[in-house]
Amino acid sequence: MAKGFMTIDGQRVAFDGEKNVLAVIRKAGIEMPTFCYHSDLSTYGACRMCLVEDERGKLDSSCSMEPRDGLSVKTNSMRLLKHRRTILELMLASHDCDCTVCPKSGKCRLQELAQQFGVRRVRFKDTRERHEIDDSSDCVWRDPNKCILCGDCVRVCEEIQGMNILDFVGRGAQMTVAPAFERKLSETHCVGCGQCAAVCTTGAILVNNQIGKAWDAIHDPSKRVVVQIAPAVRVAVGEAFGIPAGENSLDKFVTALKLIGVDEVYDTIFGADFTTVSEAEEFKQRLANGGPFPMFTSCCPAWVKYLEFENPKYLKNISTCKSPMQMFAAILRDQYAAKDAADGRTTFHIAIMPCTAKKMEANRDEFKHDGRPDVDLVLTTREIIDMLRETGIKLGELELESPDLPFGMGSGASMIYGSSGGVAESVVRYCVPDKSKNALREIEFMGLRGDGCIKEATLNLDGQEIRLAVVNGLGNARKLLRDIDEGKAFYHLIEVMTCQGGCVGGGGQPQSLRVTKQERRDGLARADHSAPFKRAERNPVVMQMLEEMGEEKAHRLLHVSYIKE
Amino acid sequence: MPKRKLTRERLNAMRLEAKTLLAANTREVLVCAGTGCIAGGSLNIYDAVKKLCEDKGLKTRVSLKQEDNGGNALHFKKTGCHGFCEMGPLLQIEPDGILYTHVKVEDAEEIVERTIMKGEVIDRLLYTLDGKSYAKDSEIPFYKLQKRLVLENCGYTDAEDLTEYIARDGYVAFEKALFEMTDEGICKEILDSGLRGRGGAGFPMGRKWDSVRKQPKGKKYVVCNGDEGDPGAFMDRSIMEGNPHSIIEGMLIAALAAGSDEGYIYVRAEYPLAVDRLRTAIDKAEKLGLLGDNIMGTGFSFHLHINRGAGAFVCGEGSALTASIEGKRGMPRVKPPRTVEHGLWGQPTVLNNVETYANVPLIIRKGSEWFRSIGTEKSSGTKAFALTGNVVNTGLIEVPMGTTLREIIFDIGGGIKDGKKFKAVQIGGPAGGCLTEEHLDMPLDFDSLKSVGAIIGSGGLVVMDEDTCMVETARFFMSFTQNESCGKCVPCREGTKRMLEILTRIVNNEGTMDDLALLESLSATISEASLCGLGQAACNPVISTLKYFRDEYLAHVVDKHCPHCNGRKVQLVIDPSLCRGCGKCRKNCPMEAISGEIRQPHTIDTEKCIKCGACWSNCPFGAIREE
Amino acid sequence: MGKQDVLKRVEEIVDSYGCRREALIAIMQDIQNEYKYLSTEALELVANKLGVGVAKVYSVATFYENFSLEAKGKYIVKVCCGTACHVRKSQPIYDGLREYLGLTGKQKTSSDAMFTLETVACLGACGLSPVMTVNDEVHPKMTPESAIELLEELRAKEGANHAEA
Repeated sequence: MAKGFMTIDGQRVAFDGEKNVLAVIRKAGIEMPTFCYHSDLSTYGACRMCLVEDERGKLDSSCSMEPRDGLSVKTNSMRLLKHRRTILELMLASHDCDCTVCPKSGKCRLQELAQQFGVRRVRFKDTRERHEIDDSSDCVWRDPNKCILCGDCVRVCEEIQGMNILDFVGRGAQMTVAPAFERKLSETHCVGCGQCAAVCTTGAILVNNQIGKAWDAIHDPSKRVVVQIAPAVRVAVGEAFGIPAGENSLDKFVTALKLIGVDEVYDTIFGADFTTVSEAEEFKQRLANGGPFPMFTSCCPAWVKYLEFENPKYLKNISTCKSPMQMFAAILRDQYAAKDAADGRTTFHIAIMPCTAKKMEANRDEFKHDGRPDVDLVLTTREIIDMLRETGIKLGELELESPDLPFGMGSGASMIYGSSGGVAESVVRYCVPDKSKNALREIEFMGLRGDGCIKEATLNLDGQEIRLAVVNGLGNARKLLRDIDEGKAFYHLIEVMTCQGGCVGGGGQPQSLRVTKQERRDGLARADHSAPFKRAERNPVVMQMLEEMGEEKAHRLLHVSYIKE
Repeated sequence: MPKRKLTRERLNAMRLEAKTLLAANTREVLVCAGTGCIAGGSLNIYDAVKKLCEDKGLKTRVSLKQEDNGGNALHFKKTGCHGFCEMGPLLQIEPDGILYTHVKVEDAEEIVERTIMKGEVIDRLLYTLDGKSYAKDSEIPFYKLQKRLVLENCGYTDAEDLTEYIARDGYVAFEKALFEMTDEGICKEILDSGLRGRGGAGFPMGRKWDSVRKQPKGKKYVVCNGDEGDPGAFMDRSIMEGNPHSIIEGMLIAALAAGSDEGYIYVRAEYPLAVDRLRTAIDKAEKLGLLGDNIMGTGFSFHLHINRGAGAFVCGEGSALTASIEGKRGMPRVKPPRTVEHGLWGQPTVLNNVETYANVPLIIRKGSEWFRSIGTEKSSGTKAFALTGNVVNTGLIEVPMGTTLREIIFDIGGGIKDGKKFKAVQIGGPAGGCLTEEHLDMPLDFDSLKSVGAIIGSGGLVVMDEDTCMVETARFFMSFTQNESCGKCVPCREGTKRMLEILTRIVNNEGTMDDLALLESLSATISEASLCGLGQAACNPVISTLKYFRDEYLAHVVDKHCPHCNGRKVQLVIDPSLCRGCGKCRKNCPMEAISGEIRQPHTIDTEKCIKCGACWSNCPFGAIREE
Repeated sequence: MGKQDVLKRVEEIVDSYGCRREALIAIMQDIQNEYKYLSTEALELVANKLGVGVAKVYSVATFYENFSLEAKGKYIVKVCCGTACHVRKSQPIYDGLREYLGLTGKQKTSSDAMFTLETVACLGACGLSPVMTVNDEVHPKMTPESAIELLEELRAKEGANHAEA
């Protein structure tokens, strides 16, 4: 990695391994504008906003420029400012500028930069071709009229998820971003991970917004609104309200939800403890029966969808356990049936998730009873942030309140479900016979955590060597499956999470880079550390309910099969 | 598989034999089989003449082979483009050098009986200029003033005959490079020759090759850019069609220099004949053992593939071209890394255009010293140009670098058509700029052109006369570029679209002075901020026409009347001496521009006339003519 | 040729390139050479066999001008929209035919795959304007009515052929 000194606007700046001049400029305290540059993706260099001028007066994009000792660039010369304004004006001329009613307003990079650069007038005639909005997917909406063709969605879908659902179509001024044959998303193999919406710089791809439904339910006196909150939400929801990423703001969040009129607030970690126990038991059973291996975790709905679309022969390998959200919902429905009958209100169950694919999961036929889904509505972190903003609640200044009982309690193991490696680690904690603190520490460092794409670990269980793998990003999962297919790899248990870093980096979370995702993961690890008990089987409510449930009921409430008859 | 393994000795023996055969060739009938002449029916002429000769008992042969009756036979050749496309189809009789123009199948009999059998010249088929007819091609001013090096074989040799290429010292340079030179030595020779890339900016080839050579050992590629897409340019097509082995030989030498064992030739989709000829040439070179593994027992291997383009001008850009070879969208990528480090499939790659490679064997064979003696100090060698537009002799020419525009247009090109005045010449296609009267005596070389904001580009020269509207010309080039923009970067995608909208408004006399200012401002952004050369050069035609012909823009914007667009001097008139007053023209005129009494000569109202030609095609007396 | 035969042939073409991803453009060129266009099924099969996303294949196919993604009808009808034809009202002919063929949006080919309707800049037959061509045969001095009549005749002819067969 290159080291040295550059001159930026006359100021001497040291660089040390930054991958491009853009990063050095940002390090020097100058906020270089970009649309198509996303540090987790390949460099595209198309928006031309990050142009700099070198000593010879030559312009080039700083995102593609290598830092070089002695290099001198200007970032804000007269020409550069003029070109940036012209580029913004050209973008606006081809953009549906209905900013006042656009859901992305206030968070839209185009709007922000156009304001910042003082673009007050568009000198070009409106000759745009109008495109149809695609609202066919449960997870995301696409409005091509707002697309500026930065290609971030195309690259995240291909490079990170290996899905290639979206790509460029046509060329030149006619170019658009669309699925193959300009189909609707619901007609493709889109798994609904929502990463495209997470990286979209404008309002061209948005999370399927269901805020309206939530308000309707909250304000309907005949409905008891019961909420569950996923682990990854608590370490991200505060970001929009000035709370640092990774800080656990669950208790303030509970207060906020109560303030806006939610009746009961529970915690998905309660469901996660059910999942850990059930999944670990299933794993032990498979070990006893000799397979089928590998056993895949089943918490991530996008991953399940992926196997259904792309590799159905592995559906039998998926754990039959429902995801924590669906376990929680099934138990809630079961427990609240009597309550509903007694007071004449119906329970309306909202799950607040970091994930867009959960919207699709909640809508699956497997989780509907008499046509009614167990989870009535899934709201993403981003949607709930918008709702709180609407109410004017300042999350940071609220009093603390714990989730309601009995379903508001969970182990430390369930807290880390929001991080890549967390589900596998929880299962391991359950499986190892040594229940000491030392054992926990050993498990923590066995290699399941961390930033890697494909992590491997081995575990000795009753003299048997157990091989584990943890993977995040569907692109990596695809690679792993290929290795397994070709006999190059063998594992007993594989945890798959579709999004980078796990659910903390979910498509429904506030926009984030790798660093922020890491901070959120650290936050969950801290929550685990400070939890009163670390293992799922130490959750007294869960263990008692499991005991009382009986095998048939447990099967009905907690298990599911995705294999089509 | 080669019957016997090719060795240096065997190649030399073959060459000696081929040379003897060629020297013994007493009569040759050359029929131009370039794209232009084929469209004119030259292949039928070839068949007809050959059959007639055979019917008359003359011995014929179609390749340099011992068994073909030695020197007595008439050697029939389908040659590459002669360059004189204006006059096609062309047929030439050697060794007399008699060149027949505008030949038709009906002329075959006469050509055989009079010229081939009796040695007479058929005057009506000769090229005439200013009342003088020329029997020999070498005397025609069009050829006389050229210096044809890379085009030398085009027009004289059978493009599909490897033996003939070898007889004309083909693969001598490769042999020399393979057996007598080091990789470093080859790079040095090319660097010393001063050869600069013929496709665009004129980067010194020796430096490029040396950069690839210095990359760590491993897989490297040699790629030939045959994606010649400029409207009005066909130099590379002619070389691919007429002298394909020179490209293969040039690439082999590049591979030796760079340490590569695999190459690709990327040919434009619209050039099917070039693909065929290259494919045949590669097949023959492989069969002989000039391509493949362990060539002539030296351990050097080289495999060559052809990729056909699929219709995208932007693929002429290096990184777009390699992306296209890799089966992707032809979208340029940001640099660095450069192609020499990170080209095809991420490997170091030598990428040059067709004409550049075709120069290489000449340099290696005749030496860098010789090459430097041609052209100017900083731009050595020759350059091929496609001369088109309002010039008397359109066609393909090759002249030493530094030749002036005046020499090209007036001496070789024969001046402006119909005695009109010269106005401008667009050089370098849609990426180039226009040169005017004041530049006529400027030497055409890389640096002089750069100093006036133009480029040689691939070498298209479109000559425009006094009647041409330069605003419309700028609009035409912008519509081309806009249609070919890949759409990746904002300035080019959105900018060229807006440029075209504004130019169209101005051409339609609906523009304002604000539009002019916007054009200039937008041009600056597109030129400076675009990602690749296509975008950076997209506005050159606008910038240079605004500079030299601002008055024409003002005519459209201020006067709302352009003397060139609206009052074109070419007009349809009815010759009263021929018109019988039948009224057919009047009835057929869509604009009701014709009036006249029955049986009286009619007249055309030039204000209303749109010059659709309906009157002309309906007139039974041929009374309607252009004036 | 049935759909299955076409797909079998597509498979052969892909195999002939050893299922190499980088041969995508050459493969599509070969398919188009045989079938005049790239069908959805063919492109999906190509994507599947090459192991690349179908969006990628579609993306490449739409980038290059030479690829056609639409089947052409048996008869290709071109209405001239050059200056002379335009002033002699060729637009109503085009509009009339579109309506007659039931074409909407970007659709150019009738649903029975009989006709493809296109415009052409100038056929150089301005004296006969307004003109249209059917499979390159020039039909002069058309009106919307006569154009539709012509297509109906062709359709009737096809119907008769079909009945005989």
